[in-house]
Amino acid sequence: MSNDRIVGKSVPRLEGRDKVTGASRYVDDMELPGMLYGATVRSRIARGKIKSIGFRPVVNWDEFVVVTAKDIPGKNCIALIGDDQPCLAEELINHPEEPILLLAHSDRNLLAKAVEAVSIEYDPLPPIFTIEESETLSEIIWGADNIFKSYLIEKGDVESAFKNADYIIEAEYTTGAQEQLYIENNGMIASFDPQQGVTVWGSLQCPYYVHKALMELCGLPEDRVRVVQMETGGAFGGKEEYPSMLAAHATLLAIKSGKPVKIVYDRMEDMAATTKRHPSRTRHRTAVSKDGKILAGVIDFTIDGGAYKTLTPVVLSRGALHAGGPYYWPSVRIRAKSVATNAPPHGAFRGFGAPQSLFAMERHMDFIAQTLGISPIEVRRRNFLKPGQTTTTEQVIQEQIDLGKLLDRALELADYRAKKETFAKESLTGNKKKGIGIAAFLHGAGFTGSGERYLNSLVGVETCPDGTVRVLVSSTEFGQGTKTVLCQIAAEALGVRYEDVGIAQPDTQKVPNSGPTVASRTIMVVGKLVHSAALAIQQTLRSSGLLGEVYSPEEFRAACRQHGVFRSLSRYQQADNISWDEENYRGAAYAAFAWAVYIAEVTVDLTSYSVTVDDFVCLQEVGRVLHPVLAAGQIIGGVAQGIGFALYEKVIWDKGRMKNGQMTNYIIPTSADIPPIRVFFEELGNLHGAFGAKGIGELPMDGPAPAIVNAVTDALGISFNSIPMLPEDIFEALMANGSQEPMPASAAGDRKR
Amino acid sequence: MTDLSETAAKSDISFFVNGIAVTVHAFAMERLIDVLRIRLGLTGTKEGCGEGECGSCSVLVDGVLVNSCLIPVMQASGAHITTIEGLATDQRLHALQQAFLDCGGAQCGICTPGMILAAIHLLNKIPHPANADIREGLSGNLCRCTGYMQIFEAVADAARRCRP
Repeated sequence: MSNDRIVGKSVPRLEGRDKVTGASRYVDDMELPGMLYGATVRSRIARGKIKSIGFRPVVNWDEFVVVTAKDIPGKNCIALIGDDQPCLAEELINHPEEPILLLAHSDRNLLAKAVEAVSIEYDPLPPIFTIEESETLSEIIWGADNIFKSYLIEKGDVESAFKNADYIIEAEYTTGAQEQLYIENNGMIASFDPQQGVTVWGSLQCPYYVHKALMELCGLPEDRVRVVQMETGGAFGGKEEYPSMLAAHATLLAIKSGKPVKIVYDRMEDMAATTKRHPSRTRHRTAVSKDGKILAGVIDFTIDGGAYKTLTPVVLSRGALHAGGPYYWPSVRIRAKSVATNAPPHGAFRGFGAPQSLFAMERHMDFIAQTLGISPIEVRRRNFLKPGQTTTTEQVIQEQIDLGKLLDRALELADYRAKKETFAKESLTGNKKKGIGIAAFLHGAGFTGSGERYLNSLVGVETCPDGTVRVLVSSTEFGQGTKTVLCQIAAEALGVRYEDVGIAQPDTQKVPNSGPTVASRTIMVVGKLVHSAALAIQQTLRSSGLLGEVYSPEEFRAACRQHGVFRSLSRYQQADNISWDEENYRGAAYAAFAWAVYIAEVTVDLTSYSVTVDDFVCLQEVGRVLHPVLAAGQIIGGVAQGIGFALYEKVIWDKGRMKNGQMTNYIIPTSADIPPIRVFFEELGNLHGAFGAKGIGELPMDGPAPAIVNAVTDALGISFNSIPMLPEDIFEALMANGSQEPMPASAAGDRKR
Repeated sequence: MTDLSETAAKSDISFFVNGIAVTVHAFAMERLIDVLRIRLGLTGTKEGCGEGECGSCSVLVDGVLVNSCLIPVMQASGAHITTIEGLATDQRLHALQQAFLDCGGAQCGICTPGMILAAIHLLNKIPHPANADIREGLSGNLCRCTGYMQIFEAVADAARRCRP
């Protein structure tokens, strides 16, 4: 056994060969004998009551299976944090994509016509569509006050700090909804057998979330609900909670018809009806000393949750906990709330609230710098959190992170100072303005506070008859490399070859509940459990005398074969020094933070008002990098989504409904839009993660938007506080800005009219 | 999807898929992607948007890169079609498949078959593509996972391997 042979090396992606040959099986690639195809009849209004449902005789209704809320055997809800979201509307409609009826037929070509042939009459009620409308309480659409959840984080004496401040700097920042746009749409197959119960196969992140939802929906015990994850074509949070809804629908049709039923959304239905990133509004009011030190702040963070609670309280929590950025606040008050609107529920999307509040924080830092006349570098350097200081929740930073050094290295990698100087000179003339912007940020890994303790994750490692070992987790692969890295960890722990380790397909009948695949927790938290379960296998073989202190992979396999098949389980235990006060939102919010400084270089073309990102430097400390190629892939992919969040991806709302739910008019970055994304790591390690790893998946979503908008602001000299920022938004801002000519004089002559 | 049965009758349509002659009894206006996936069981071709935007369903028809969700099967009559299943020979991966594997060009895998076929089309046209050629050549194929950089690397790497 030599140390570190496998971890830290870019071994081949475990399921990679199947992916490049087209052999991987996604849910739409699976057919079952006698299978029917399902479709959903949805509301056409945002809010109201169903008066009547009619079936126009343009199809032969005898051939169709029709399911209504009355067919639900158990509870009509999609169980998650709350149980407010119905599986099928009975009377009340709360958003314009609310599912009402389900149809199934053996010929999928007949479904669209049948959906159109259902006529539903409504008594409409006045809907509300924005955070501001929801706050006025002109209509109560959820609970007593339209508020799903609110949090208050308080530290120090905010009032007296404001009295003594040299500057009080206020601004408001907003972010829009964003579609996850995994390339594989949501899909699910369900089958039902009166003895066996329900089985579903689908594209999903969290098998045990679906499992829990189906148990409540069907009133079945846990051993009669089985959830199997198929290869999943991208998720990004978009397959965290919605698959429970889709599984519920397919299951109801399967129970009623007695046949397997497949529902695969087309792109338009997927974009319109499934979750998106929560739109947000952040108000900063900051007390600052004349030398640029933050003294105190009041941060009001508000998100639009849509019509039902779903995961909104948790998204809000993460957004609030990241609202102060990587800075030291001597005193702060963070008031966070999530409000209801009559839009489809917003949900999980990579970053989970943090990209929203960090956009505001990092734009605000540049605004503070501008107001005080100091550089964006200095304002950050003077306020960076240092080891031993406390976060907004009074968590003591124990990691030896030096953010000033991280910033310096990023500035050097981006050649920031030279570029800043050149751009300032060049931007005086011409119709192409160049700018450069910084974002410094952090991302907490794993569930917040006591979350991991409640999850109580369980992981298994087992030996197989041929002497290889197999990892048993409900953690899912959807592109990130879950399978590959968990197998690396087990192989490294056992001192065997990577090829000698396999991993079971996530199937609730066969794998323990290692928790949901979310929150950048898999490698850090689940990986650590895989590590300890693997060590227990080694221990058992040693104590039974089959394995010596030193052994070869062949000897290990022989020992396994001799021992016979066995399994070890490892359960999560919270470290003693991590304590969290849920009631007062105080204490250790996260076991570890990843830290980063990103720098964007942009060109704004004043002929087309478009922004091009020319260079993008991402420097991050993510603990130990276990697989360099996969880790870089996570960062680059996250940055690309962040570029879309900032510059391209605009959901156009029409009375609560997404109007541009097509890839033709909802634009994500293409290969022609991506700058060179240059990825660099610092590796400090992490006590709480497998082989020193921290979470990595969500971090890269947080930084690009503020870095890019800071760069555009640098290029044009006017502030932009709202994303997405499309050419028309830049044009309007320039027109509205009296001090600035919308078209520089030098370029006017070139303009073709 | 339209109700094909009302407007037309089925007929026999013949073409070659990955070098093998096939005849399908299908409606003339059936989408090529459905014929490949459902009638022929070649599920490596993926549907992402159904309107020719994402490129996940890319296949080569007589060497031309097409979105198989936009092509009626009758248009493929007599044509030679290459899908992702036709690239590896005797368990040996095509150089592009190997490069995607090595460089991290495939994450979730759903855009990968179409992306690899687009890359093959590109290398057939431009054996030694510059970075700008690669960006341009793949711009009809959307990927949401990778941010494209490792795909660019894979294509450049395969170009080196194919033609030293």
